[in-house]
Amino acid sequence: MAKSKGNPFPRVFVNVTLVVICLLWLIPTLGLFVSSFRPRDEIMSSGWWTVLPHRVWVTTEQFTPDPSIDRTGVMTFEGATGTFEQLRQGVESADGNKRVVWIGNRRAGTVQVQEKEWSGLPSTTLQNYHDVLAGKDVTIQGDGEEATRKGEDMSDAFINSMAVTFPAVVIPILMAAFAAYGFAWMRFPGRKLVFALMVALLVVPLQIALVPVLSDYVHLKLNGTYMAVWLAHTGFGLPLAVFLLYNYISTLPREIMEAAIVDGASHFKIFWRLVLPLSTPALASFAIFQFLWVWNDYLVALIFIGNVPGVQVLTMRLADMVGSRGSDWHLLTAGGFVSMLLPLIVFFSLQRYFVRGLTAGSVK
Amino acid sequence: MTLLNADADEQSAELARARRRRNRAIFTLLSGIVAALVLFEGFFVLRDSQAPKLVTALFAMIWGGGGMAILYLIANQLVEFTPSQWQRRLTPIVFVLPAIAFVVYFLALPAIRTFIASLFDRNGSNFVGLANYITVFTEPFMLVTFRNNVLWIVFGASFTIIFGLVVAALADRSRFENLAKAIIFMPMAISLVGAGVIWKFIYAVRDPSDVQIGLLNAIVVAFGGEPQAWIAMLQPWNNLFLIVIVVWMQTGYAMVLFSAAIKSVPTDIIEAARVDGAGEFKIFFSIIIPSIMGTIVTVSATVIIFTLKIFDVVLVMTGGQYGTDVIATQFYNQYFVNRNFGLGSAIAIVLLLTVIPVMVYNLRQFNKRETL
Repeated sequence: MAKSKGNPFPRVFVNVTLVVICLLWLIPTLGLFVSSFRPRDEIMSSGWWTVLPHRVWVTTEQFTPDPSIDRTGVMTFEGATGTFEQLRQGVESADGNKRVVWIGNRRAGTVQVQEKEWSGLPSTTLQNYHDVLAGKDVTIQGDGEEATRKGEDMSDAFINSMAVTFPAVVIPILMAAFAAYGFAWMRFPGRKLVFALMVALLVVPLQIALVPVLSDYVHLKLNGTYMAVWLAHTGFGLPLAVFLLYNYISTLPREIMEAAIVDGASHFKIFWRLVLPLSTPALASFAIFQFLWVWNDYLVALIFIGNVPGVQVLTMRLADMVGSRGSDWHLLTAGGFVSMLLPLIVFFSLQRYFVRGLTAGSVK
Repeated sequence: MTLLNADADEQSAELARARRRRNRAIFTLLSGIVAALVLFEGFFVLRDSQAPKLVTALFAMIWGGGGMAILYLIANQLVEFTPSQWQRRLTPIVFVLPAIAFVVYFLALPAIRTFIASLFDRNGSNFVGLANYITVFTEPFMLVTFRNNVLWIVFGASFTIIFGLVVAALADRSRFENLAKAIIFMPMAISLVGAGVIWKFIYAVRDPSDVQIGLLNAIVVAFGGEPQAWIAMLQPWNNLFLIVIVVWMQTGYAMVLFSAAIKSVPTDIIEAARVDGAGEFKIFFSIIIPSIMGTIVTVSATVIIFTLKIFDVVLVMTGGQYGTDVIATQFYNQYFVNRNFGLGSAIAIVLLLTVIPVMVYNLRQFNKRETL
């Protein structure tokens, strides 16, 4: 009876569960983020979580075992007992304070005695970002040999991404705002029907449009240009944009519009001076939506830019790196973060508008 | 005398005004032509530009964004010089037509053109009727594709909904609600390609004798297991490891909508139930869930559409190998890799047909909510 009074739900349970889920959600990104600052050979030789303070085995002593020992049987060093095979893997002493590892082969090997110590501060480097951004050749030292490989030039792709994204956000917003105003506040035959058809086009998956549009682009020699991508994103984004902005613009107070018309203002003036400023929240939320969508898009860029060098955007470069340099984790981790930088900034600074846009138009 | 004078004055003033008006109209028309020419020329400059990258990019941004604004401005100016009767008819066209033209060219026409292409053979030269569709629904590799999409829909949607609900409900009662929501929401800002890289690192597998640098295999090895190639083994269940990525990304979306819905459930109902001695779980399942059912349906539909069209994750993680192809990657592979235009088009049409019912339902649901 008393349990329904007071604190109805154990707050500890709520908070602990939530913290666990949040950690689960955070760890994948965190792992990549931490790794992007680790030197190449460390990324390849230990997990990123080893940057956390932990106790590691450190060699304190090394000696050549007594030649008279029977190396095919069980041997004991410093309280650790095992066969040669076991010693090769490392054997801990009975009290757990020491660990003995056999280095080298059975006849001429040495024995290392290790003790546990706290790991020091992890080494960090900006080299990965440098390798990914600068486009210079990278010298890799490892296994005693030196190799030179071409670095990635993601700063170039970053500029391309910006050049693709900015107009691909501005153009559809402008068009959609004009159209939404037209549908909401102008009287012309077929207004309702045309609007309904336009929104109905939300069902068309953009995959369907890729092929016919691409063949036209090839005829017009448009493929591989920024404009090809702007126009495509404009077309694909318009139904949602018109839908969202119409919902907002059509609810603006009628009195303001009528007062402006009585004053003799033209539709264009009303739109430019009155409707656009009043619709800022809706415009902003769609702008963020479209920005994230275009910046993060891979398919449209892949089809319309293709393998034209010098125009490729970040997602394409990154996907290429996954394919061609799948084991170069030091490049992938840094490259991944370069591609996420701008959307994360936009996202966190304008989250409020984004959420509003999501809740308003949850149909896409 | 004075009257006559005034009349003449008025006449000449009228004439002057008309002349000015005409001059302005001509000027606007000319500037419109010049602007159009400059924009048109700008396209070629852009296409063939050898200027430094940053300069070209900046020019492109201004040209693209500003050019569109100027075109609208000039079109409106021109319309305002026409007689008022015409003006009333033309203004809506200036406002609405560009958007209509774009969606017709980029969405409506392509749907028709793709449908026509799907009735022809791989080069588009011979009419083959429905043969491509028969291939789509009978070939084993296509059946695997459909099976995977079903897995995506079933597991992707249900896990997203469950996690979204749990987080929304928990965050609502927690003191660090905003922080928790931001963390869960963050993956939505990341590209699917970026998410692919993040999760490749989690699933990374190395030789059993080496140190595992992928988190999942490190955990498995720490518990004495064998390292696994998660996304290549155990077909079809390797698909689940790809689905996890999308659940990770979409849960934030579901959470935001659920959170807003939960907050709008009237508190007096919940309080009343609490006074009657209902436990928190009972309140959640018999009051909160039924009152936010509409939102749950909307979110499910949205996630289903998203998972039906899923492309980037699969292409980056496996390229469709190891039995992980989905409709969108199969379309890409058939069309752009195998160059089988007819079959690729047929797959795209099938994708359209699968999306339509969900989308129509969703829009209808939305309209219902609007009218309430």
